[in-house]
Amino acid sequence: MRRFVSGLLLTSSQNRSSLSHHSSFRFFSSSSSSTSPLSTSDSPSSPSSPSSSSSSSSSSSSSSSAAMPSPVTLKTINPKVLECEYAVRGEIVTLAQRLQQELQEKPGSLPFDEILYCNIGNPQSLGQQPITFFREVLALCDHPALLDKSETQGLFSADAIERAWQILDQIPGRATGAYSHSQGIKGLRDAIAAGIEARDGFPSNPNDIFLTDGASPAVHMMMQLLTRSEKDGILCPIPQYPLYSASIVLHGGTLVPYYLDEATGWGLEVSELQKQLEDAKSKGITVRALVVINPGNPTGQVLSKDNQRDIVEFCKNEGLVLLADEVYQENVYVPDKKFHSFKKISRSLGYGEEDISVVSFQSVSKGYYGECGKRGGYMEVTGFGADVREQIYKVASVNLCSNISGQILASLVMSPPKVGDESYESYSMEKDGILLSLARRAKALEDALNSLEGVTCNKAEGAMYLFPRIHLPEKAIKAAEAAKTAPDAFYAHRLLNATGIVVVPGSGFGQVPGTWHFRCTILPQEDKIPAIVSRLTDFHKGFMDEFRG
Amino acid sequence: MSYKGLDYETLNENVKKVQYAVRGELYLRASELQKEGKKIIFTNVGNPHALGQKPLTFPRQVVALCQAPFLLDDPNVGLVFPADAIERAKHYLSYTSGGLGAYSDSRGLPGIRKEVAEFIERRDGYPSDPELIFLTDGASKGVMQILSTIIRGEKDGILVPVPQYPLYSAAIALFGGSLVPYFLEETANWGLDVNNLHSSVAQAHSKGITVRAMVIINPGNPTGQCLSEANLKEILHFCNQQNLVLLGDEVYQQNIYQDERPFISSRKVLMDMGPPISKELQLVSFHTVSKGYWGECGQRGGYFEMTNIPLETVDEIYKVASISLSPNVPGQIFLGLMVNPPKPGDISYLQFMRESKGILESLRRRAQIMTDGFNSCRNVVCNFTEGAMYSFPQIRLPPKAIEAAKKAGKVADVFYCLKLLEATGISTVPGSGFGQKEGVFHLRTTILPAEEDMPAIMESFKKFNDEFMEQYEDHRGYSRM
Repeated sequence: MRRFVSGLLLTSSQNRSSLSHHSSFRFFSSSSSSTSPLSTSDSPSSPSSPSSSSSSSSSSSSSSSAAMPSPVTLKTINPKVLECEYAVRGEIVTLAQRLQQELQEKPGSLPFDEILYCNIGNPQSLGQQPITFFREVLALCDHPALLDKSETQGLFSADAIERAWQILDQIPGRATGAYSHSQGIKGLRDAIAAGIEARDGFPSNPNDIFLTDGASPAVHMMMQLLTRSEKDGILCPIPQYPLYSASIVLHGGTLVPYYLDEATGWGLEVSELQKQLEDAKSKGITVRALVVINPGNPTGQVLSKDNQRDIVEFCKNEGLVLLADEVYQENVYVPDKKFHSFKKISRSLGYGEEDISVVSFQSVSKGYYGECGKRGGYMEVTGFGADVREQIYKVASVNLCSNISGQILASLVMSPPKVGDESYESYSMEKDGILLSLARRAKALEDALNSLEGVTCNKAEGAMYLFPRIHLPEKAIKAAEAAKTAPDAFYAHRLLNATGIVVVPGSGFGQVPGTWHFRCTILPQEDKIPAIVSRLTDFHKGFMDEFRG
Repeated sequence: MSYKGLDYETLNENVKKVQYAVRGELYLRASELQKEGKKIIFTNVGNPHALGQKPLTFPRQVVALCQAPFLLDDPNVGLVFPADAIERAKHYLSYTSGGLGAYSDSRGLPGIRKEVAEFIERRDGYPSDPELIFLTDGASKGVMQILSTIIRGEKDGILVPVPQYPLYSAAIALFGGSLVPYFLEETANWGLDVNNLHSSVAQAHSKGITVRAMVIINPGNPTGQCLSEANLKEILHFCNQQNLVLLGDEVYQQNIYQDERPFISSRKVLMDMGPPISKELQLVSFHTVSKGYWGECGQRGGYFEMTNIPLETVDEIYKVASISLSPNVPGQIFLGLMVNPPKPGDISYLQFMRESKGILESLRRRAQIMTDGFNSCRNVVCNFTEGAMYSFPQIRLPPKAIEAAKKAGKVADVFYCLKLLEATGISTVPGSGFGQKEGVFHLRTTILPAEEDMPAIMESFKKFNDEFMEQYEDHRGYSRM
C-alpha cells in the first residue's frame, strides 16, 4: 500500500507548483501523526475562500486523524477548476449575502435597510412579473389533467388552453415527465425554427437547433468541442461576460482578448480583431472561434449592420467559428438601433452553410421574459458537417435532455401570441410595459452616473447593464493596493458596505489596464431607482471627498 | 490543408472518444423506424412516462400552481386544486425571491436543501448539513460536476463497475481521465467482490494510473442488484484504505423489488461504522426525481450530498456550479416534493399513496414477468431484477451468429439487438454499451412497458429469439462451450 501512497503524493506535489498562488490550504487530515511529507509540511490554516466563512460549519469535515491526505483536497482537484473565476457570483456577492443575513438577524444594524442586487441579470428576483400567457401554458403543460376539467376554462385564457394542447400533441404520449430527444422535442424545435425564420427572413432548420438548460450549457458545449489544448484560442471581447473566460479556462483553452473601444460607445473594430489574431498566431496559438455578444454584456452596445458585416467577413476569411451570444436580442432601448442576428447578416451577404459556421445562442432568461429560473435556451448551429453535428448530439445525449418546462418556454418566446389571439393584447401590454420601463431605468441610471465626478458612462443601447468608468483618485488606488484588492473591487466593496448596492467590479469582466469600471444592472424596480441614485450619489461624493488628492 | 473552425478533424479528441450507447446506434435506428410508421417499444432508457406511466397528481398540481401563481388569488382556484396543493405551492414560493422565474442560489434554494437534509436524516438516522447538499439539473449533471473536479488528466483513474451505466464511461472520457474497470460477478447475481477491486487497482497502478475515486451504483444499473450492508462495509473499508472518494449513485433507492435486501445508503453504513472512518472517508451520494415511482425524467431535478469533503473543495465546486448560474427551479420544487411527500391526514395523502404504491407494486410484478420470460427463452439466462428498472439477460450467441455479425461489421450483441428491433420493434441497448466480459453478450431492457403489454412483449421476444437461434445454431450447443 505504501508504494501506492507515495505515487499519489508524487502526483500531488508535482501539482503544487502550479497552484502556488493559493496561499493557504487546509488539509482534511490535519492532526495527523503521519510521516507523509505533505501532511507535515503543510500546516493547517483557516479557510482561504470567503464563502466558507458564511457557510455553516460542518462538523463532518472539521477534524480528522487520517494518516493519508484525503483524495479530494485543493491540492488534488483539477487545477483548471481552481483557476477559473466567475465574478458575477464572486466575493462581493458572498459579502452581500452575509450583510443580508445580518440585516435579518439585527434590523437597523447597518446604514441601509435592504440589499439591492444590481450584480446579476435576474429580473424576476427584483419583482419583474412573468408574462401571464407563458405561465398559463406552462402550468397547463405541467398538469395536463387540468385540460380535462371544465372549470379550467374559467381560470385560463382560451388561447393558452389551445396552445397547451398544441404543445402536448407534439410530445409523444403527451408526457411532459419523460426525457425528450437529446436535442429537444422536435415539435418545439419546429416552432423555434419558424420563429427564427420569421425574425430573419431566412430559413432555419429544426435539426440545427439544440435545446439546452439555459444558454450557458450550450456555450460550455461549444468550448468543449473546440478546445483541444492551451494552443487553441478563442477570441473574446474585453470587457466580456465571464462565462466565456471561465468556460475557456475550464476546458483548457486560451482566451485571446480583443478590446472594445469605450470612446466610440464600446465599438468593435475589425482592425483590432486582426491585430489580436496575428498576435495570437505569432505565439503559436490556433484561433478557433470569435465570441461576439450582441447586444453587449456588460457593455450594452448594439452593433450596427455594417459592423456585423465586417465581422462576418473577418470570420469567413479567417475560417473562424462565429459564436454569437444573442441572448439580449429583445433588449434594445434606442430607436436608431435594431437587433440583427449574425446568421441573417451572413445569409444576406450571400454566405450559406458552406461558407461560414455560425452558432447563435438564445435564452429564456433575458428579453422581456426574464425567466432565469427555468433554465431554457437553445443554440442554432449552422455551417457544420453532419459528422460534427453527430458529435454535438452525442455530448448532449450524455446528459439525456434539457428540462421540458424550459424547452416549452423557449418555444413560446420564439412564437408568442399573434395579433388576433385572445391573449395578444394583454401579452403586448405586459411586454411593452417591461421594455419601456427598462429603457427609462437605463436612461435614469445613465444620467445619474454621468453626473458624478470622474464617472463616464456609455448609453445602454441594449442588454441589461451599465458599465460606467470610474476615474479613481491616486489615493484610492493606493488604499486599494494596501488592502490587496483591485481598485474597482475596493470601490464596489465600499459601495456595498455603505449603501447595500451590489455591483460587480470591472476587473471581473476585463478592461483596458489602468482603467476601472463596474457593472450595474438596470433591473431594480422603477420606484426604487430614485433611492438608488441618491444613495449612489451620496456615497460617491463621500468617497471622492475621502480620497481626492 | 487548413481546416475550418469546426471540421471533424479539428475537434477535441476527448469529445470524439465519448460513447453513450443508451442513445446510440440502436436508438437512432429505432427513431428512424418510428418515423417510417413502425410501432416501437422503447425500452432503451429508464423513461417511465414515455411508456405511459402517469405522473403523480399532487406534485404536478403544486408545480402548476407555482408556474401560475396568479391562480392562487383566483376565488375559483379551489374548484380545481385541493387545499393542500395550494398551501404547498405557497410554501415553496415563499422559499424563492422571484418564484420559478428567478435564478436561485447556484447550489439550489436553501429551503429545499434543508428539506433534503431532513429527508436524509429521517432515512439514515444521522443529521445531514444542507450546506453540503447541492441541487442539480438531474443526477447526471452532478456526476459530471464531481468527476470534472476530481480528474486532472489521463493518469487519474476512476473505478467503475462493469457492466456500468455509460454516463460514467462517457464523462470520464470527456474529462480526459482513465476508467479503471472492476467486474461484477454475474454468477453471484452481479455481486461485488472486493478481491476484484484490489486487482483492478493493482493493474491500474502498474500502468502509472492513480486511482482517485470509486463509483458504485446501488441498486445496480444495468444489473439490478442491491448491495448488502456487509458488502457496503467492505467497500467503504476498501475506499478508506486506498484513499478513494466513493461516488454512490443511489438514484434507484425507491426501486426495490425484493424484501431480503432493502435499500441502505452508503452514508448510513458509513455513519454506523463510527469514527475514525466515518469522519474520514470522502463520499458523494447522488439522487434524482427521474427514477423511483416519480419517474419525472423531463424535470431534470436531482441533488448530491457531500460527506467529509473539505470545505475549500466544496467552495470550488460551488464556484464551478455558479458559472451555470442555477439548476432549474421547477426541478428543485419537484425534488422538494419528493423528499417531502403528503403525510397521513393531508387531503391528498390517500390518492398519493394509491398512485405511488400502484406504480411500485406493478414494477415489482413486471420485474418478475420479465426475468421469468427471459429465462424461458432458448440460450438466454437472466438474474432477477432486485432493484432499479432494468433486466440484463445474457444471450448465448451461437458461433454462426457471431460470424454473421462480424461479416456485417457489427459487435455481436449489436447485431442481435438490431435484428430484434427490426423484427419486433423492441428497442434495447446492447450489453457492449455497458461493458461485459470478453465473449459474453447481453442486452439491457427496462422493465417499464405497461404491465398489460408485458406478456405480448415477452412472447414476441421469445418468438424472435427462437427463430434467431434456429437460424444460427447448427445443433443445440452454446457458443461458450
